[in-house]
Amino acid sequence: MDAILLQILNGLDKGSAYALIALGLTLIFGTLGVVNFAHGALFMIGAFCAVTLQRLLNLSYEVVDETQTDFLGNPLKVKTPYVEAWFGPEFGGAIIDWAVPLAILFAIPIMIGVGYVMERGLIKHFYKRPHADQILVTFGLAIVLQEVVKYFYGANPIQTPAPDALNGVVNLGAAIGMDIVYPVWRVVYFFFAVVIIGGIFSFLQFTTFGMVVRAGMADRETVGLLGINIDRRFTIMFGIAAAVAGLAGVMYTPINSPNYHMGMDFLVLSFVVVVVGGMGSLPGAVLAGFLLGILESFASMNEIKSLIPGIDQIIIYLVAIIILLTRPRGLMGRKGVMED
Amino acid sequence: MFGLNKKDTSLLIIVACLTMFAPFILNPFPTDSGLAQFNAGYPDLMQRFVIFGIFAIGFNILFGLTGYLSFGHAAFLGVGSYSAVWMFKLIGMNVIPAIVLSVIVAGLFALLIGFISLRRSGIYFSILTLAFAQMSFNLAYSVLTPITNGETGLQLTLEDPRILGVSATADGSIPVTNLFGLEMRSTFEMAVGPWAFQFNAGYYLCAFIMLAAFYLSIRIFRSPFGMMLRAVKSNQQRMNYTGLNTRPYTLAAFVISGMYAGLAGGLMASMDPLAGAERMQWTASGEVVLMTILGGAGTLIGPVLGAGFIKYFENIFSKINDNVLHSWFSFMPDGMEDAVVFLIHPFIGKGWHLTLGILFMLVVIFLPGGLVEGGQRIKGWLSGRKAKDDGKAAGETNPAE
Repeated sequence: MDAILLQILNGLDKGSAYALIALGLTLIFGTLGVVNFAHGALFMIGAFCAVTLQRLLNLSYEVVDETQTDFLGNPLKVKTPYVEAWFGPEFGGAIIDWAVPLAILFAIPIMIGVGYVMERGLIKHFYKRPHADQILVTFGLAIVLQEVVKYFYGANPIQTPAPDALNGVVNLGAAIGMDIVYPVWRVVYFFFAVVIIGGIFSFLQFTTFGMVVRAGMADRETVGLLGINIDRRFTIMFGIAAAVAGLAGVMYTPINSPNYHMGMDFLVLSFVVVVVGGMGSLPGAVLAGFLLGILESFASMNEIKSLIPGIDQIIIYLVAIIILLTRPRGLMGRKGVMED
Repeated sequence: MFGLNKKDTSLLIIVACLTMFAPFILNPFPTDSGLAQFNAGYPDLMQRFVIFGIFAIGFNILFGLTGYLSFGHAAFLGVGSYSAVWMFKLIGMNVIPAIVLSVIVAGLFALLIGFISLRRSGIYFSILTLAFAQMSFNLAYSVLTPITNGETGLQLTLEDPRILGVSATADGSIPVTNLFGLEMRSTFEMAVGPWAFQFNAGYYLCAFIMLAAFYLSIRIFRSPFGMMLRAVKSNQQRMNYTGLNTRPYTLAAFVISGMYAGLAGGLMASMDPLAGAERMQWTASGEVVLMTILGGAGTLIGPVLGAGFIKYFENIFSKINDNVLHSWFSFMPDGMEDAVVFLIHPFIGKGWHLTLGILFMLVVIFLPGGLVEGGQRIKGWLSGRKAKDDGKAAGETNPAE
């Protein structure tokens, strides 16, 4: 029982990442009708926002401290981050320690900006082109973004630790008399994902803006005829979708040190997630994200691996194939989406 | 000639001449001149040109004709490589059985994957092929290690049985791949003045096979079967309404292009007998998509051009470094020279993929027909409006769907 609960939890954090990326992909697809292969790159850019902020906060100046010496006997150069100099060592140190959560604030404007530029600069011109062209151009864009990041940050994974306070483990099962030890940050990640997903859904469901967007998803032309500038709203939705992917990336950095090709690795999986959930269905994307995350973690249990060797490597793809063949529209896909 | 019309015959002859005289054409600069680094006439690179040419020709039969965008074609190439290396391990070092087996195995594999994937079209098809390819890649890395040798990759060893050959040569080394005794690596060098031309047995084998593959693809393009595939691309629904089941046709196209990929994989293993799982990764599938689009999907010559273009510039760009750039721009004032070198630096050497990505985006945005369309446009500008209209009428550059 403990083991099963633990696997479910393990699946939730990966599932959260899948769900967030798939949610963004579906938002873009549902609003603009564009298949965005560069979405994984947005996830990666988000992760590197965290890296950048961490580096910015760690910018320091050197002071030669005559009272201390290093092991060669020379006066020691003490590095003090500017942040610590400005806010005092304690508060400044805390800011540096909390770089990753702070990067959320840092990443939101950047990601919305990146999304806006991407939509206006490139994707706008591809609405009328076939889906294959959209796939290809965004695939090219993903390569470019990835290589640019590689140029500036190098090819090696960069450690970005979580704040010390959230770095340990917590026994989640204590309340119900079980022993389930689990890293705190992953719990944080899961709740963060739930908040974001809830936020997006309530934004679409309970605001006028969201209502118009939903109307536009259902029938773009009619909404346009009613005198609403639907293109502008869709552009904003693209920015929001980019921000969702970016935030997923920011928060994922302590779980997995970011490197330049992390986006591609997640992209393939999130596309599978979107297709399993049903192209264009937001709840489907979220559901499929969590479902596949949990299935993946169950498949990596030793008992199951010894039963069917290699199943952990292929489970997601296998499920996708089965779903696509038995329920061609995915779990919650609507009729008439991408069926031409 | 060979059942082709005049235009296709001349195209085939041009390609044949280019491949046969490639050691000369690709080696225009004397060996010791400063421009020798732009030479591409050495065996390893020329082999890659034609092998990836075959791969792209095959991919084009599927994507260019039917419009089905497969993102998992590298799986067939990988399977072909593995089967060829196993043939070298078990049977002997002759390349013919290896190539034949790799084509057959890749064909069967494509039949299986195609049968399932082709139930869906559009992006669903792309995702399904991607899923299958990633599955094969992951399996090759993990569970199938006894067959694929995992991360190390499948290699020849001295203990291999090789029932029709010898496990080890007289001097105790691993025998080399050959075609009835003609070693694939044997190279005849010809020095003409300051030039040195290399004629490699392996290259010519690949080149002949590519010509055959190219000829076959022309025949497919011009056949009723090819017409049917084009009809599937332009309007599959209408085909279904006329009571025609399109799936056997698309499946046949898928299997044929899978066999081409297997052939390319088999040749790759014949030139250099090892096979690794990274050949099956989806980035490798992406590469053949790039080649085909860059050259011009749906055209005959496009994929070959694209493959050559990408492999040539990959090689050249990777070789250029800052020192080379400095020597080029040394005529400029010092500050400007550094600035220019600094600006170009991200795009060369390891930054080649960046250049490729940008180039690819530009092609997709402005030239959906690829290099072939670019060539036709330039031809149109040079010879006036009339020729341009003719080019359009020929209708060879339908943008990819």
